[in-house]
Amino acid sequence: MKKFTVAAAMAAALMCGTSAFATDLEVTHWWTSGGEAAAVAEFAKAFDATGNHWVDGAIAGSSDVARPLIISRILGGNPMGATQLNTGRDAEDLIKAGLMTDLTDLAKSEGWYDVIRPKKLLESCEFEGKLYCVPVNIHSWQWLWLSRPAFEDNGMEVPTDWNQYVADFPKLREAGVIPFSLAQGWPTNGIFGVLLAGVGGTDLFLAVNRDKDVSAVEGPDFRKVAQAYADLRDAVDVNETVGQWNEATAQLINNTAAGNIMGDWAQGEFAVAGKVAGKDYDCLPGLGLNAVLDTGGDAFYFPKNDDPAITEAQLVLAKTMLSPETQVAFNLKKGSLPVRGDVDMSAANACMQKGLKILEDPNGVLPSGEQLLSSDTQQQLQDLEIEFFSDKSMSIDDFVGQFADIMGSAD
Amino acid sequence: MADLSHSRSAAIAAGSGPRRLFHNLFVRNFSAKLAATPMIMTVLIVFVGCTAWTIFYSFTNSRSLPSGELVGFDQYTRLFSNRRWNASVINIMTYGVTSLCFTMVVGFLLAVFMDQKIRFESAFRTIFLYPFALSFIVTGLVWQWIMNPAFGLQETVQNWGFTSFTFDWLKNRNMVIYALVIAGLWQGTGFVMVLLLAGLRGIDEEIWKAARVDGISTWRTYLFIVLPMMRGVIVTTLVIVGSGIVRLYDLVVAMTQGGPGISSEVPAKYVYNYMFGAGNLGQGLAASSVMLLTVFIILIPWMLIEFRPKHHS
Amino acid sequence: MSNIEASGPKPRSFFTTSRIVTYSVLLIAAMYYLFPLYVMITTSLKGMPEVRLGNIFAPPMEVTFAPWVKAWDSACTGLYCEGLKPGFWNSVKITVPSTIISVLIAAVNGYALVNWRFKGSEIFFTVLLFGSFIPYQVMLYPLVIITAQLKVFGTLQGVVLIHTIFGMPILTLLFRNYFASLPQELFKAARVDGAGFWRIFFEIMVPMSLPIFVVAIILQVTGIWNDFLFGVVFAGTTNYPMTVQLNNIVNSVQGVQEYNVNMAATILTGAVPLIVYFISGKWFVRGIAAGAVKG
Repeated sequence: MKKFTVAAAMAAALMCGTSAFATDLEVTHWWTSGGEAAAVAEFAKAFDATGNHWVDGAIAGSSDVARPLIISRILGGNPMGATQLNTGRDAEDLIKAGLMTDLTDLAKSEGWYDVIRPKKLLESCEFEGKLYCVPVNIHSWQWLWLSRPAFEDNGMEVPTDWNQYVADFPKLREAGVIPFSLAQGWPTNGIFGVLLAGVGGTDLFLAVNRDKDVSAVEGPDFRKVAQAYADLRDAVDVNETVGQWNEATAQLINNTAAGNIMGDWAQGEFAVAGKVAGKDYDCLPGLGLNAVLDTGGDAFYFPKNDDPAITEAQLVLAKTMLSPETQVAFNLKKGSLPVRGDVDMSAANACMQKGLKILEDPNGVLPSGEQLLSSDTQQQLQDLEIEFFSDKSMSIDDFVGQFADIMGSAD
Repeated sequence: MADLSHSRSAAIAAGSGPRRLFHNLFVRNFSAKLAATPMIMTVLIVFVGCTAWTIFYSFTNSRSLPSGELVGFDQYTRLFSNRRWNASVINIMTYGVTSLCFTMVVGFLLAVFMDQKIRFESAFRTIFLYPFALSFIVTGLVWQWIMNPAFGLQETVQNWGFTSFTFDWLKNRNMVIYALVIAGLWQGTGFVMVLLLAGLRGIDEEIWKAARVDGISTWRTYLFIVLPMMRGVIVTTLVIVGSGIVRLYDLVVAMTQGGPGISSEVPAKYVYNYMFGAGNLGQGLAASSVMLLTVFIILIPWMLIEFRPKHHS
Repeated sequence: MSNIEASGPKPRSFFTTSRIVTYSVLLIAAMYYLFPLYVMITTSLKGMPEVRLGNIFAPPMEVTFAPWVKAWDSACTGLYCEGLKPGFWNSVKITVPSTIISVLIAAVNGYALVNWRFKGSEIFFTVLLFGSFIPYQVMLYPLVIITAQLKVFGTLQGVVLIHTIFGMPILTLLFRNYFASLPQELFKAARVDGAGFWRIFFEIMVPMSLPIFVVAIILQVTGIWNDFLFGVVFAGTTNYPMTVQLNNIVNSVQGVQEYNVNMAATILTGAVPLIVYFISGKWFVRGIAAGAVKG
């Protein structure tokens, strides 16, 4: 009997041993646009190079489609090897239920606490002092993208800040160029966050998003932001809006539109189209008014698994995702900034260099709305902003009042 | 499942309960009960069980997982003060009434025309019916494309020289809901037509002969004699059409994503967004409980009539 | 339509006014129904430059099958560029057993509800019908928990179970109505002869109910083939149905929306239910005619 146990243990060890060298790990994510897929391929390549195998579980359609799938699979006891998931309170429930692999030891041995910046990124992966996710990039919403030919071909100068740009709208219209390209849905409400930091300034951004200060919402600075949002609303022709965010970027790429506010992932699309930053397109972080970046980002979680071989492969993947080489390769494709401060980003284009420079300045870094607000509050704000932006009859007072209500009850 | 009833019946038999009850519950008509077990389990576990689950957790502040604390009616208070929810309710009522009326009327008219002993009946039927084989995702996509002002119908007609022609319902806050109706009708009326045509065909020829003898005109016969006789098929149709309306979600996502703004938001989408997108199960479940309650209130009178004890052989 | 009636010629006997009205109405309706299919097919045969010209009525100037090949074979979803084809057999694998099991259960069920009523059977049925009004998404989490407890989550059995459950209300309604419309004398005679529940079902009821079986099968094949949510959640990664790839192709934009590929993918995904309709459409009406008439 004893012999048998030993033999079984040995066999098990042997199996684990061999499988550790070639474990299939399914990774779910919702990155399916051209630039995004190219970036994911970098992860897959790096992971496959460790002798394991990345099984791609892409689900298009952003978090509304992918989230229920991801959470129900973890809940149903049939988890994927690793998954993209929003950090914050959503993941907290799953961690509390003991469904996520603890990465603390790995983080310590890899020295992540020393090299990853800003610190906020790791903090958002922590729960009760332990680390449960891997932040893979720094994404920022605070960018105004401009098509240079759209201005230059029509005898205009490329603007250097938001106010100049808005002043150019009538001339652009005359020239038959769409002044501001817009995709419906979440891109609409992303714009508001950018205006809040750019037009309203860092203090207002923090007072509203971090402190949930209702009096700041009701104050004159916030009103200025709301006014800018309303002005943009009135300048956009609803018939010109497109369905997906990267179609809006495509309008800049083929110069039918002049400008667009979108996160830095838009760069991935420019890159895929072979456009060069500073030559074909320009970028103004913080709208050229207030050079700041919010530092959100994507993170991967590793659901707990019964199979030790998978757990081992999970740790390998986590390590791979944050290795300096992968970080550079991935972020160059994704258009985002690496989470490590110690990597060589000399290959980065002009826009990313601007971003990296801002990142070095402690005053340039803002926490992102995603980290400060629960997704429940974000959803409510999104509903409100989208409604306001589509309904020209909705007054600024009404908007501010609703906004204050949501912030007043935010958790 | 057979084991379950056996062991349970054994348990009752072992107890001192009246034999008659045992006999009535399990032995009498045993095969029928066995055959109905899947239905009974589905009803008890899935429909009753999950509904109870839904209602219970709608009183909690659950986030991603059903694990929150009881918070009373908080979720409901918030729900009814939410602009998007209220807009969703109005939208689904507009859609529901318009869609139901048009589906039934158009479906019935088409069925009547098809019933005129026409040629090429099967060709027409196939044409009317095929959209039903396509999913709402597909339907939404096609119609979104046809109605897209940039290269759809509007652009095409304008290219023909009718430059003042506009058809921008997808981008028009007041009309977008009717754009959904058009697509929904396209997908669903064929099936309704078939159901109603089947109903018409099921009417005894004698009725028609009698009506003709009495000199009643054709349309009066349809409306006042035949239609009331088709109660069964109409009920079936209403159940199918109605449940589709209440659950309207895919079409909206594929065609408008609730836009422009929130002018084509619907309750099922609100439920879905808050349960999953926003990670607020409590809020989503409160919204779905309200949906259920509404359906219940609408259906109760009909069910009372439909399923009152019947006395026929 | 009244125009056509007023100005149209009015020959005697065969082409009466009412005939002309009838055919005109049917033709106009047919155009409304065919228009999107026409758009889908022509668009799927155009190249992208031609699609951008924006003339959706125009037939393709240069017919190309490249979008079809791409949709089937090489459209990308995430890292894999295999088009729709990997999902096809999975969809078959899910649809066939789900359809058979759900239809059989509903048939037996409808038969029991009509011919072998027991106390409470109507109440259960009423609640079942009520269940068809519940949005699917609401039941997602509890069903995940239930199937996980039953150890079928993420398996083929799991997704078959789910489709059986959600097909039950409408199918049972159809079978119940159908069996109620059959002459009761047959059933009674068989009872007098001493035949039991199952014998009557298999020897008398099933042979008479081919039309309604066709209806039920068509409804289920269509519904299950087109389903995305249950397939993606319950079937497990190795069994992802074709709609998952369709969703990915349609929702992920690589640069610009490739409408021609989207349309080709759409038609390809819808092909199976469409073919089922075209082949058995006649039976469908006959089945409904026999089944849904009597309340």
